[in-house]
Amino acid sequence: MSARRAGRPADRTLEFPDVTDLADPLLVVNDLHTSFRTGRGTVHAVDGVSLTVGRGKTLGIVGESGSGKTVLARSIMGLLPTRDVIRSGTVLFAGHEMTTMAPAQLRQVWGAQMSMIFQDPMTALNPVVRIGRQITDSLRLHLRLDRREAHTTAVELLRSVGIPSPEERARWYPFQLSGGMRQRVMIAIALACAPRLVLADEPTTGLDVSVQAQILDLLEAMQSERHMAVVLVTHDLGVVAKRADEIAVMYAGRIVERAPTRTLFAHTHMPYTRALMDSIPRLANPSGTRLQAIAGRPPDLIHPPKGCRFAPRCPYAQDKCRESDPPLRTAASSDHVFACWFPLVDRMPADGSAKSSASAVDYEAPSS
Amino acid sequence: MADERKLHSPGVSSSLGIFPGQTPPLVVATALADPPVDDDILAKRPLGALFWFALVWVAVVASMAIIANWLPLPNPNHQNYTAINASPGIHHILGTDDLGRDLLSRIIFGARVSLVVGFASVAIGMLIGGTLGLISGFKGGRLDVALNAGSFVILAFPAIVAVIAIVAFWGQTLAKITIIIGVGTVPIMFRVVRASSLAFANRDFVIAARTLGATGTRIVFREILPNVMPAAVSFGLITVAGVIVLEGSLAFLGLSVALPTPSWGNLIAEGTANGNLSINPYILMWPALAMFLLLLSINLIGDRLRQRFDVREGLL
Amino acid sequence: MLSYVLKRLAQLVVVAFIISVLVFLLVHLLPGDPTSIILGGNDTAANRQILLHQLGLNTPIYHQYWIWLIHALHGNLGQSYLTRETVGHVIASGFPIDVELIIISQVVAFAVAIPVALITARRPNRPLDNIATTGTFGLLALPPFLIAPILVAIFAVGLHWFPATGYVPFSQNPATNLHDMILPGLALTAGSIAVYYRLLRSDLIMTLQEDFITMARSKGLSDRRIMMRQAFRPSTFSLLAVAGVNIGALLAGTFIVEYLFAMPGLGYSIVQAVQQRDYLIVQGIALVVAIAYVVLQFIIDFLFTVVDPRVTRE
Repeated sequence: MSARRAGRPADRTLEFPDVTDLADPLLVVNDLHTSFRTGRGTVHAVDGVSLTVGRGKTLGIVGESGSGKTVLARSIMGLLPTRDVIRSGTVLFAGHEMTTMAPAQLRQVWGAQMSMIFQDPMTALNPVVRIGRQITDSLRLHLRLDRREAHTTAVELLRSVGIPSPEERARWYPFQLSGGMRQRVMIAIALACAPRLVLADEPTTGLDVSVQAQILDLLEAMQSERHMAVVLVTHDLGVVAKRADEIAVMYAGRIVERAPTRTLFAHTHMPYTRALMDSIPRLANPSGTRLQAIAGRPPDLIHPPKGCRFAPRCPYAQDKCRESDPPLRTAASSDHVFACWFPLVDRMPADGSAKSSASAVDYEAPSS
Repeated sequence: MADERKLHSPGVSSSLGIFPGQTPPLVVATALADPPVDDDILAKRPLGALFWFALVWVAVVASMAIIANWLPLPNPNHQNYTAINASPGIHHILGTDDLGRDLLSRIIFGARVSLVVGFASVAIGMLIGGTLGLISGFKGGRLDVALNAGSFVILAFPAIVAVIAIVAFWGQTLAKITIIIGVGTVPIMFRVVRASSLAFANRDFVIAARTLGATGTRIVFREILPNVMPAAVSFGLITVAGVIVLEGSLAFLGLSVALPTPSWGNLIAEGTANGNLSINPYILMWPALAMFLLLLSINLIGDRLRQRFDVREGLL
Repeated sequence: MLSYVLKRLAQLVVVAFIISVLVFLLVHLLPGDPTSIILGGNDTAANRQILLHQLGLNTPIYHQYWIWLIHALHGNLGQSYLTRETVGHVIASGFPIDVELIIISQVVAFAVAIPVALITARRPNRPLDNIATTGTFGLLALPPFLIAPILVAIFAVGLHWFPATGYVPFSQNPATNLHDMILPGLALTAGSIAVYYRLLRSDLIMTLQEDFITMARSKGLSDRRIMMRQAFRPSTFSLLAVAGVNIGALLAGTFIVEYLFAMPGLGYSIVQAVQQRDYLIVQGIALVVAIAYVVLQFIIDFLFTVVDPRVTRE
């Protein structure tokens, strides 16, 4: 389905033909840089990120707060303000280059082909607009539904995301719903026009642990039903361990390791990735096992340290790490890249029997 | 959104006070406050050329008003029937009015009224209301509750009726008008100073001073007062502008200083009366311009100081 | 909802009562009484005693207040000592003038402030916004007694577009009435424009930084639509509260304009009556103003529940 707008001639309607070739990736991000001009200097929030998302696939982007993952997601979409933001690189989405699009064309993509789920459903839903209208907005805009059709569709959407008595809830305001319900509403909004790609930015962080898994399961169910691709941004490796096809680990604005989920867990190369793994609770561990916190703080993105950016916090760091920046290299399998001078695999037996090796199966979302 | 809710408390909404028909200073100060923007660049903006122009204008008006007696000016009340409605020229720089009085002289002497009433009455309000506010905000308790409720009631009362009645009864002299308006600003100053005093009373450094055994008086004057000053001064300046408007309004109706003493308000009224608008627009133009520039300057200075001191807490 | 209304109504009554007592006390406790003005040349001690008795001014003050209150509750506010005009009549003829002036000035203020704020808030601290902000300071420096004569000089004396003075009741000739009201209405509007503009701009800037605006953008809504349908309403809370204060200050605060344009509104009537010690007029108008003020706050409170669904009516 293509988004059509009866606009000015300049707002050329973008075509989004249905592609059956699954090998043709949906999203290709190449060398994306995003920085902010501030009073103290330029913050390099995203520093040369490249990634690919296949149609219907899930990419997990994992990193601590301040690693630039939220900026990356917004930068891919082009949602950042134009003032004091510098962006370079390319974002190819379904054959269209997003970074050079006119605002009117971007608005044909946003909500219709690509949408976003925000972290905090309390602040991301308009407090004075009924939730029904927050869904029908994009239905009427992109699908050109009339008021009644849009309302019916919105109620169906609310039902499909598991909101009880959706007819009535459509007339409610966000403050009348619980946090989990609000996040369901947000998913309904994001999925309203059946986009090809959903960027979910920490979709469960603001929620109770018991609700987190429900929301993630819902997202997964909607994804397979509608054949959408999902970029799942989170600080919690446990969240993406079982749900992502591929995981990209971000640190200080860069991707430091990227691999299919199984490969990443089986052949972890980057000490930072290992540190993230060790910092999540694991059911396989005996009770009483201490969680490993990562010492120190992420670096200042105005004046990043010389050499590897993780070196100051890395237990394995050597002089070379502090001197020169490791490039992104390909590991044994071609779909696994990492940026480390002394990858963990070189120090450990290759059979993966070492104590700290792990597999994705060991990791569960915190709730289950 | 917390701020907006606070703003909409019944007490604040009833701030009629002594400023009828004009936007109350509390509202002006709130309206001028900048929204918090996630942008450090804005925090330390230079004061700007406009600020210095404004300061120079206020300084010029004030010094002229002070040394008016020694300036080579004709008596402001001297009626020169040979030069009625004279245009601006060598003998009368700004011209004369319909009674042949020198306009420049009348404006300079009239500035005394605006400035004295404006600054002195706010000083009175600040001294009484500010002191009460400091103590009330710091001490809390029953005293605070009583003073707070009292200020609400007074502000809910259309005090202009009182001002006019007392002026009419007591006498139309500069000192009396200053005192009456000054007393009228007490509850406003009280509210502003109390609010910031209350905010600082629970800060760590004040609690630390208390723990160290400092006396109440010492804490109020050494710890709280210096912190409350920026907000009080910048808000005080905006109130000065409000009071100058109030005095001007009263003078316009002939309820300020008794004629023929010139004040900008009665000069403007004179410029409007007796067909002067069409015969000699200068009578209106010069005092109107002087008043406009003075109000503009005082508001600008007050606002820039607030910005500089980063006074952002809800004044209301 | 009903209990809320009743509670608010009770508050209204209390506030109106307190204000009426204060006004009564103020006018009566000040030295001087209306007898000297009424008697003029016949001001002898004996005449004065007779008159005080006739006017009921020789009884204790609480008694006078009580008599006045009982009559007021029956709709009888008395009559002027000087003109014999009933207070009810003064109010009935004057109040519509104030209401009309306030409506004109506020409609103009909102009509100017809202669009300008919607435009400049999108790009704060850019040239257009800076010009508007400078303009705000200019408007704040133009109080009614300053701008009214200037408007008269330009539009009445210079261009002859409007009459300099005069008033025709709306019921008599609506067109003339509106025509006469334009200049006085405009004279009252400058400060309101400045304050409303700054508040709305400031709140819009804050709202536009909210997540739900980014969310709305991510749905593909146009900037214009986001401004009008997403950002505007949640940005109007402080505007509404301040409009309440501001309109309250205009009640009986219109006296300068009424004086200048020779309009028999309440504002000027009360100023005149205070000077002449015309007690019953002062008390009557003050009571009406207090009630109008309280009703205004009631309306504003109600509007809050309309604008912001989170404000419950309980």
